[in-house]
Amino acid sequence: MQNDPIARDYLFEWLLRRGDSALIMGHRMSEWCGHAPVLEEDIALANIALDLIGQARLWLSYAGAVEGRGRGEDDLAFLRDAWDFRNLLLAEQPNGDFGKTLMRHFLYDAHQVLLLEKLLSSRDERICEISEKTLKEVRYHAERSADLVVRLGDGTQESHQRMQAALESLWPYTSEFFETDETDRAMAEAGLAVLPETLKEDWSEMVGSVLDAATLIVPKTGFARTGGTTGRHSEHLGHLLADMQFLQRAYPGAAW
Amino acid sequence: MSKEWPLWEVFIRGQHGLNHRHVGSLHAPDAEMALKNARDVYTRRKEGVSIWVVPSAQISASDPGDKDSLFEPSVDKVYRHPSFFKIPDEVGKM
Amino acid sequence: MYAQMIKTDAAKVRDLSEMSAEERAFQERIDRGEKIEPTDWMPEGYRKTLIRQIGQHAHSEIVGQLPEGNWITRAPTLERKAILLAKVQDEAGHGLYLYCAAETLGVSRDELIELLHAGKMKYSSIFNYPTLTWADIGAVGWLVDGAAIMNQVPLQRTSYGPYSRAMIRICKEESFHQRQGFDIMMKMAGGSEAQKRMAQDALDRFWYPSLMMFGPSDKDSVHSAQSMAWKIKINTNDELRQKFVDQTVPQAEYLGLTVPDPDLKWNEDKGGYDFSEPDWNEFFEVLKGNGPCNEERLGARVKAWEDGAWVREGLMAHADKRSVAKVAAE
Repeated sequence: MQNDPIARDYLFEWLLRRGDSALIMGHRMSEWCGHAPVLEEDIALANIALDLIGQARLWLSYAGAVEGRGRGEDDLAFLRDAWDFRNLLLAEQPNGDFGKTLMRHFLYDAHQVLLLEKLLSSRDERICEISEKTLKEVRYHAERSADLVVRLGDGTQESHQRMQAALESLWPYTSEFFETDETDRAMAEAGLAVLPETLKEDWSEMVGSVLDAATLIVPKTGFARTGGTTGRHSEHLGHLLADMQFLQRAYPGAAW
Repeated sequence: MSKEWPLWEVFIRGQHGLNHRHVGSLHAPDAEMALKNARDVYTRRKEGVSIWVVPSAQISASDPGDKDSLFEPSVDKVYRHPSFFKIPDEVGKM
Repeated sequence: MYAQMIKTDAAKVRDLSEMSAEERAFQERIDRGEKIEPTDWMPEGYRKTLIRQIGQHAHSEIVGQLPEGNWITRAPTLERKAILLAKVQDEAGHGLYLYCAAETLGVSRDELIELLHAGKMKYSSIFNYPTLTWADIGAVGWLVDGAAIMNQVPLQRTSYGPYSRAMIRICKEESFHQRQGFDIMMKMAGGSEAQKRMAQDALDRFWYPSLMMFGPSDKDSVHSAQSMAWKIKINTNDELRQKFVDQTVPQAEYLGLTVPDPDLKWNEDKGGYDFSEPDWNEFFEVLKGNGPCNEERLGARVKAWEDGAWVREGLMAHADKRSVAKVAAE
């Protein structure tokens, strides 16, 4: 696929979606370091952030190699503007309270597990390798976030209310997991990835059973917030990038 | 102040075949979370293959005042150590 | 040091003949190099002093996450971001180990945290200084961790078993911290003009606060003498400060940076550097709460604790429900 320029563009675009979501999720998670509700959780959140940043590096390095214009992970992370980012809108949403961060991760982790499992049989060797490595991490994240969602959903009245509020505010962003466009179709046709929409049923079931155990109610809204994976972001991403990219922008060309 | 999470003692098996060894403690609301926390706190550098957690309150310790009566008696039982027995060289390794 | 000016309640250090039989036996064990374990008899002063010292050390670790955490979201490369995050995470782990060590002395972690938040316990003065540029992250690793290690390495031999074991674990994990700081400084000092300026500026601002970390001279302090008799303090503040300067000056020279002390010079006779004292008035002001960042640092800790209360309570409530359900099922 890499020799065909159009196909290469699709692959590059698709890899950015993987890498950018991991990067932005990891960045948001890293904001908790030193501020978590309890020391054990501070350490656990940092582990997850480290995993996500590691995943971003794998996907973005590969994206840069596929693109073939000499851009590495740092060029892609620090020298693109918001409209060139391809992460899910869900990822860039501000942390909010601990419940909102946790819910964001739970929704994302469940999707990641399903996606990566499918990617193990990608016809692209590198996609297989990255998926295999990251799946181990993501399975742990998913188990952990699901467990905490159940505990806090079914904890005190306050924790229940906060988790329900988090679910309602983030639910509209989950439609974006399953949006399918020409990039996805080209990837699926080439046997490199799966059509996002095919994951929806399993995801709904997986998430539904956890929310059920957590005594949380799945919002009825059919409203969907999408656009991140095609570069139409919320205002939040620009601020996040201003923070993240500051040094590379202020001192162009410097080595760190 | 709300109710504090109980304290747990963490034991980690560093490699297959070795004993679990006490590595430290942490706080967690229950055993399941204590295990997860132990994984995150005490195996950040690939330190283990298996984890045990025990509520600290459940540990019974010997009384340091009894040290002499507990441990002195074994001092003179040197015959429990293999080097106590002299085996002639010509018998070979035993 | 992460523990500064620890009081012992001692009016003078008594010799063996002035002690009760229990105390004498205790002191003799320490003199023989034996470790004291939580269930062993210990003088009340020893226990209280250790709680103060280990508690302050633990507080310093978690407050110490904040100045470096200030740059996690702005680290210049993904690798630097991961390294810094791992490092700051380690500080949280070290805080955790130390709180656990303090807990063996009969105080709970939540109690210690509440004392910190109420201003009744301190943390190291150094963390009340701001990290203004990326070079400060290098300087903190190089100088602040460097100064901390000076104290922590000998503390591995401290008389209290749980403290000693925590320090052994901490020292093992910290070995990469100072190196990562120096690595950042090397990159900056060898980089563009702007980066060099940043590196020099970071050294200028962190030099004296780093010297303050060891605390004022304690050669005449009863508290230090008592702590040393108990082997919960191994070296005097001046010894450690001298050692730190002697180690650090050649490193600064290697970097091509200037230590901001015009009176710094090698003294052949003592085999070490002569150097200027930091401004001890500034030190006492910082301890009193008047440092550049005291309010922000403590404020951030209190906010995290208060904002997190519902999470701690929610998780505890769920665990209680489960254990009730389990008992009912049996």
